[in-house]
Amino acid sequence: MKYLDEYRDERIARALAAEIVQRTTQPWVLMEICGGQTHTIMRYGIDELLPRGIELVHGPGCPVCVTPLETVDKAIELSLRPEVILVSYGDMLRVPGSRSDLFRAKAQGADVRIAYSPTEAVKIARANPDRKVVFLAIGFETTAPANAMAAWQAKRDDLNNFSMLVSHVLVPPAIRALMVSQTNRVQGFIAPGHVCTVMGCKEYESLVRDFRVPIVVGGFEPVDILEAVLMLIRQLEAGEAKLENQYVRSVSYAGNVPAQQIMSEVFEVADQKWRGIGPIPQSGLRLREEYAAFDADRVFDLGEISVDEPAECISAQVLQGLKKPPDCPVFGMRCTPENPLGAPMVSTEGACAAYYHYRRHMVAS
Amino acid sequence: MSTKTEVDIKFDLSCPAPLPAKDTVLLGHGSGGKLSAELIRDVFLHTLQNPVLARLDDQAIVNVNGQRLAISTDSFVVKPLFFPGGDIGSLAVHGTVNDLAMGGATPLFLSAAFIIEEGFSMDELRQVVNSMQRAAAAAGVQVVTGDTKVVERGKGDGVFINTTGIGLVPDGVDLSADRARPGDKVLLSGSIGEHGIAILAQREGLEFETQIKSDSAALHTLVADMLGVTREIRCMRDPTRGGVSSTLNEIAEQSRVGIEVEERALPIHEQVRGACELLGLDPLYVANEGKLIAIVAPEAADALLQAMRRHRLGAEAQIIGTVKKENPGLVTMRTPFGTTRIVDMLAGDQLPRIC
Repeated sequence: MKYLDEYRDERIARALAAEIVQRTTQPWVLMEICGGQTHTIMRYGIDELLPRGIELVHGPGCPVCVTPLETVDKAIELSLRPEVILVSYGDMLRVPGSRSDLFRAKAQGADVRIAYSPTEAVKIARANPDRKVVFLAIGFETTAPANAMAAWQAKRDDLNNFSMLVSHVLVPPAIRALMVSQTNRVQGFIAPGHVCTVMGCKEYESLVRDFRVPIVVGGFEPVDILEAVLMLIRQLEAGEAKLENQYVRSVSYAGNVPAQQIMSEVFEVADQKWRGIGPIPQSGLRLREEYAAFDADRVFDLGEISVDEPAECISAQVLQGLKKPPDCPVFGMRCTPENPLGAPMVSTEGACAAYYHYRRHMVAS
Repeated sequence: MSTKTEVDIKFDLSCPAPLPAKDTVLLGHGSGGKLSAELIRDVFLHTLQNPVLARLDDQAIVNVNGQRLAISTDSFVVKPLFFPGGDIGSLAVHGTVNDLAMGGATPLFLSAAFIIEEGFSMDELRQVVNSMQRAAAAAGVQVVTGDTKVVERGKGDGVFINTTGIGLVPDGVDLSADRARPGDKVLLSGSIGEHGIAILAQREGLEFETQIKSDSAALHTLVADMLGVTREIRCMRDPTRGGVSSTLNEIAEQSRVGIEVEERALPIHEQVRGACELLGLDPLYVANEGKLIAIVAPEAADALLQAMRRHRLGAEAQIIGTVKKENPGLVTMRTPFGTTRIVDMLAGDQLPRIC
């Protein structure tokens, strides 16, 4: 298949891996930000092709994993109200809140529907004027423009039965938080290609400058990841710290400007809590005041949902790249994708789930 | 922004409490994945246990007056009722015929039970029954008994169909999922993922350049051709819901062996690959309704492959893997990069990813 097969070509991959081996003279710790990239690394065994000294640690870029427990609990509570139709991206349905998940809510009679695009939720609202449609608007910058478009359409059409439960996170503040953390080990980042398709590369310049850390915007296929690693190694071995773009077939320096415009028309930057990590200042998006009528947090009286979470898993260390999933004493034992104890086991893109699905045999042996 | 002005973020440990005991039936319990297996083990097998049921094959094989009789039953709740390549009527015949065929049985008779929702179109019902008759005639089986129930509007989804089939197992044929042995070869009769993607595309109103058709077909003549070549076939399964991965995992589990699949050998048509990429699905977990997987003795593999390829429904057959003694209970895949990974059984249904 065009635009896929060439990026999964084993000869190209092996040639890139050979050049990485040749250029690596000392150990380096690299982090891929996006869960989609983690998934590719595990699925194709990219880390096995790299020299021993290069350690890939897995970043916090799984949108499903980092959505706060409170947001999941709110979505479940809303879905159980008879007047509500809760519309969500598919992979949020299995995410456990503190007591239940949306699949279980559905089994109890909640009207929970899966959408591929948030504008489908707007259509559902138009078709069901007597019901209240809530879209669970989560994700990174990748999903923000489409989510913003849904709110924009609802406002344009003066819909009074559509709202969004928003939990949006931003990548650059998370990288900044990792870099200022005293326990940081990461020496180079593969930035998320889909986020940068929307936002461009430009907002990563200041991170490169402030922390003298190389950042390469990378794609999601095996050849993309290997090329991005090679670009990082070339910089690190030469003592350089630059912003480079490996994913040129999708990412420009300025990004998708109309998408950024609709995002900033509808959303504003706000403090945000990340599941498994904690609060990071100015790391999320919330609906602007002009869109208050479409903000489920304000439309519905949800009260204060706060959740006590037992500190059992090591997700914070995993999401910071301090530990690998198999280092966790409950990995694959009490914590599995069917019964996840922590955020990174929840979605297939989470680091723990990726290890569980693709690498258990090696962990065991 | 200078880093000096920023606060060092405290990374709190935050983990959700585990979910309470499973007290409700979820849609995932019908997915063919781990939840289905748990449901069967904990609720049905636990209570109804007997040695025939405990084999957990697609059909039961019982001895009646010296004749080995295969019995199988299947319910069909597909939505939409009509889809490219078939409909609920033909599917209800093919599904049960195939479950009998996977035991090596010659299918003979079917029963058909209809649960119809009040208000369902009589015309559509006739179309379904006509399609059922055509499929049964083509497969050489007869629908010899049946039942109809009508439920109130809103209590069904148009029509649900259950079919039960019986067939005879020829002497010397002994197929079961616990018979795979290290060294055996894994054969797949053709390209995967077509039924599931055809249904999904129709349900979601997705359009592709070329229409993807369900592969729904009766496989018993292919099975007969294979058994005509050799009896060195250990087991056969049709990878329906849960796809190839669930079927291989079941065999690995029941035979306590590892199965290693060559990713490169998997036949997947371009349109299905494209649709799966677009939808964020893995074709290994997508349902098939006209494909079979056979675990065969290594020395018989090539002759069987040739026999399969001579049959219309096996033209694209491939040897896709090998049974291993390592990693018992697990299915692994050799990637084109020479690395290996697990092909896991999913908990429930495959969910489209957010991005």
